[in-house]
Amino acid sequence: MSARVLVVIRKEFREYRRNRFILVTMAGLPIVLLSILVAETFALPKGISEAELRRPVGEALLFLQLIPVMLPTTIAAYAVMGEREQRTLETVLTTPVTDRELLAGKAIAAVLPAVAISWLLFGVYVGLAEILAPHVVVSQIWTIEQAVAMALLAPALAGFAIGVGILVSLRSSDFRVAQQLAVLAAAPVIGFVALITFRVIDPSVALYAAAAAAVFLIDTVCWRFGIRLFNRERLITAKPTDR
Amino acid sequence: MTTAPAPSRSVTARQPALRLERLTKRFADRAAFEELTFEVGRGEVFGLLGPNGAGKTTTVRVLSTLLPPTSGGAEVVGLPLEGGNERDIRRRVSVLTESPGLYLKLSVHDNLEFFAGLYGLSPRQAKDRIEECTAAVGIADRLPDYAGSLSRGLLQRAALARALLPDPDLLFLDEPTAGLDPAAAAGVREIISGLRRQGTTVFLTTHRLDEAERLCDRIAIVSTRLVSIGTPAELTARKSGALEVRLRKPLTDPVKVFGSVEGIRGWRNGRGEGVYFVDVEDPEEGAARVASAVVGAGGSLVRLCEVETSLESAYLDLLDADR
Repeated sequence: MSARVLVVIRKEFREYRRNRFILVTMAGLPIVLLSILVAETFALPKGISEAELRRPVGEALLFLQLIPVMLPTTIAAYAVMGEREQRTLETVLTTPVTDRELLAGKAIAAVLPAVAISWLLFGVYVGLAEILAPHVVVSQIWTIEQAVAMALLAPALAGFAIGVGILVSLRSSDFRVAQQLAVLAAAPVIGFVALITFRVIDPSVALYAAAAAAVFLIDTVCWRFGIRLFNRERLITAKPTDR
Repeated sequence: MTTAPAPSRSVTARQPALRLERLTKRFADRAAFEELTFEVGRGEVFGLLGPNGAGKTTTVRVLSTLLPPTSGGAEVVGLPLEGGNERDIRRRVSVLTESPGLYLKLSVHDNLEFFAGLYGLSPRQAKDRIEECTAAVGIADRLPDYAGSLSRGLLQRAALARALLPDPDLLFLDEPTAGLDPAAAAGVREIISGLRRQGTTVFLTTHRLDEAERLCDRIAIVSTRLVSIGTPAELTARKSGALEVRLRKPLTDPVKVFGSVEGIRGWRNGRGEGVYFVDVEDPEEGAARVASAVVGAGGSLVRLCEVETSLESAYLDLLDADR
């Protein structure tokens, strides 16, 4: 990895620490989701059938897969938009950093916390389930398929959300609009994940691995497209109204 | 002011730091600037002076590879301004943009460390350069402070320190004193004077005439096109030729008197009775002719002298002539 990419990542982390909106999103969203998951699934009666478990557990797992989509869109939408709003982008672009290095640094800095928080949340959820929930619930949550989904699909989804977030951020004039458009653009992928978690499509290790590979492929396309869209002239000279 | 150690220069002594040849930038059908042709010598402080919308900032953006030119050519620190050279040029030039361009939620140190990293300095080099550059601009004690907590003047000094970090062969300063109070602006001008003494090549855009006159070795006046170029003294001399004529009593027919003198470009009444300002092609010959004509018409001459021309009047006159 280029030294400049690391420099950008370090700077992004320093900015996150000082950005209340990002901090609240990173900490608040997982806590709210975890509370919902616990309330939805841990209070289920011990004698509940597997068929009856499908909806609440499906919802819980979908929420867990939403974390790597929701968090990075917030961060990624801020990535370019934040630079423009602070009027720092032009200064950065006068240095020898390349478009690729700048975007890679921003993307990686957004992926790492999103994936880390997703895994941490999943771990805490499984741990709490072991202690508090009926065994039948635990057996539905802690499966090899779900572990593969978290290990492979979560990073792929985070990459997708960031790719879309940066693409929108490059073309949008307002941070909140960029964030909302990014979430909207991620909707089809979320829909596909919902089909698996609700078992409309039967989950399997192979399916999750294939889905992760497909999303990684889409990530690559988004990345290449993002590099092409990174038009220095437009970013520097466009007025807010015609960006 | 403490000054940073004299930097090593990679532009050869004979090479100009900057050479423009009919350089043009258009946005759709609007010309930001066109047909700019001039050179900036190594170690020179060069001023680009012009009204708002004259293309000063766009010129800096094109020369620092932020925007591609539409036509014409340029050499920046000896490298042709064309595809493939952008990154090499950006390694050797530095730009102070119109806004400070610092992250307000990061400390001054973290800002400078970030930009040092983008310029490819090792952590050790970055540490040394941060110390040198912040000392040079007088903010070494403000490194732990958040950039957002600094006054506008100190923020601009921090931005200057950032621009000095890579030890550039050519430093672009775009309106470096814009928005600063007089004391802060004077401080920034002092830093630029220090850079001049060190031999740093500076390309300065401004619309502050006093600043350009005080700091620049040469000035180009632009209004999307190059209007005039020269040292402040040369530009002022091109405008000179105005005579002040003060008489005990007004002339009965000044139109007839001044109209009869050869080499007069025009005249106007000054403040007070019997005061006239006469534009002549040659001040020495013109003064003798005007004196002769006035005395011949029965005027009682109290004072006849050449009006001292300021860069401001030269600037306004040159821009006016260009329209």
